[in-house]
Amino acid sequence: MTSLKWLAALPFLAILIGTAFVNSVEPLVFGLPLVLAWLVGWVILTAAIMALIFFNDPANSDVESDRGAGR
Amino acid sequence: MNSALVIIFLAAAVALVLGLLARGGNDMTLEQWTVGGRGFGGLLVFLLQAGEIYTTFTFLGGSGWAYGKGAPTYYILAYGCLAYTLSYWLLPPIWRYARQERIVSQSHFVARKYDSPLLGILIAAVGVVALIPYLVLQFKGLGIIVSVASYGAISSTAAIWIGAAIITAYVFVSGVRGSAWTSTVKDILILAVVVFLGIYLPLHYFGGYGEMFRTIDAAKPGFLALKPSGEYGLVWFQSTALLAALGFYMWPHAFGAVLTARAERTFRRNAVVLPLYQLILLFVFFCGFAAILKVPGLTGSDIDLSLFKLSINTFDPWFVGVIGAAGVLTALVPGSIILVAASTLLANDVFRSLRPQTREETVAWTARGLVPVVALIAVYFTLQGGSTIVALLLMGYNFVTQFFPSIVCSLMRNNPLTKAGAFAGVAVGVATVVAVTLSHSTIATLAPFLPTAIQDVNVGFLALILNLVAAAIVSLATRPAAVASAERA
Repeated sequence: MTSLKWLAALPFLAILIGTAFVNSVEPLVFGLPLVLAWLVGWVILTAAIMALIFFNDPANSDVESDRGAGR
Repeated sequence: MNSALVIIFLAAAVALVLGLLARGGNDMTLEQWTVGGRGFGGLLVFLLQAGEIYTTFTFLGGSGWAYGKGAPTYYILAYGCLAYTLSYWLLPPIWRYARQERIVSQSHFVARKYDSPLLGILIAAVGVVALIPYLVLQFKGLGIIVSVASYGAISSTAAIWIGAAIITAYVFVSGVRGSAWTSTVKDILILAVVVFLGIYLPLHYFGGYGEMFRTIDAAKPGFLALKPSGEYGLVWFQSTALLAALGFYMWPHAFGAVLTARAERTFRRNAVVLPLYQLILLFVFFCGFAAILKVPGLTGSDIDLSLFKLSINTFDPWFVGVIGAAGVLTALVPGSIILVAASTLLANDVFRSLRPQTREETVAWTARGLVPVVALIAVYFTLQGGSTIVALLLMGYNFVTQFFPSIVCSLMRNNPLTKAGAFAGVAVGVATVVAVTLSHSTIATLAPFLPTAIQDVNVGFLALILNLVAAAIVSLATRPAAVASAERA
């Protein structure tokens, strides 16, 4: 987990910095302008990365954190 | 009465009834009213967290910006995604501390963390000033939607009064539970409507997405990519996306939504799903893009009407009514969440801080009693009109972002900031935002000698940097005394 969580830096690098390198309309990707397709692609990748982090995070296997809440 | 109007009224009635029923058998203590007794499961928290994205601002503004400005609208997609990534680590510690200390609002949280009621009052006051324009914007959107979708049968003024009355009623009765219940209907409706429009309009008018974007690119070269420099250019996009991602959960109502959760795991799971969920915004953009060549000529604030103008040209009145109904709910639900947050801040964090001996029940009743007052203030500003509201909202976003350093530092094991430091940081940051907004400064006008890449940075960063500098200096100056007193104790 400790190493996996650094993957979460990728969306920031890709969206905030990477966008500068794909800032054009052509070629269209799936009918979208390249820069928009890049962002959409990274939104999907972000969800994938967060899923990877989520399922490998020991904090989430701790069922107590769900159960202890009723009080 | 036309069929569009019937459907819009039906949606408003459903929202009212659901909102009132949401109370269930719960006693409305402050904790129940404001944060739903911290008993909300994954889905309701998800909808409250997502409620932030689908406001009238995104529904009308997202398509309006796609129509009027083009590529800069992509930033909405970017900042949400980054904010959700941050939320995975930001929200669980906030929620844990808030549950342990029975905290009901953002300023309550900060006041407790820094052991400073004065800091709490500052955060609450700034929070309310930021929230009112946000509420005004929802009302304004509501008025536009109803008057356009009812083909002018209902004036926007009448719509604003009716809408304000509905949310005042159900927020007064059910508090945040009303917002959560109505948000289920809202999300289902908006999802269906936006996905349908985003697929249908481009296919109907252009035959496909590729064709649509090629046609737009040919008609308006450069419109679909960011400008390399200048206003709304690449650097603006980068800095604004980052700034908005930091500010996202600093809105008092977004912060309040976090406190409704029953379990902290909810946030981590939602951090996985919410980025995908906000892809719906893509379909909102498609509506705006489709409108560019089909209903040309809208300028200024009229660009926000592009989605409705195109819909009216395309569909039967009853379906315009369905779109209008979805639009009405995107105003009512976030409006009600804001109303809960603002009333709680005033009652719990200003009123109670000034009179600490006030009983819990009195605070709860004060919060509910303030609901109509806050709503009336917002209606007043809405009907006053003027473009100053947009300026106020931009100011509001920059305001709440100033809370970020204090709140994040307070989550650290050894908080580097002292209470005086946190106070100085927020005060300096907010003062900078006011000065910069009122003087219409940009980094380019303030520092013409800097390279253009830096000049295009969103001026909100200047406030954030001054905020950090002030917080650091004052914390250093006040630190030794704090450590000494801690050691004595």
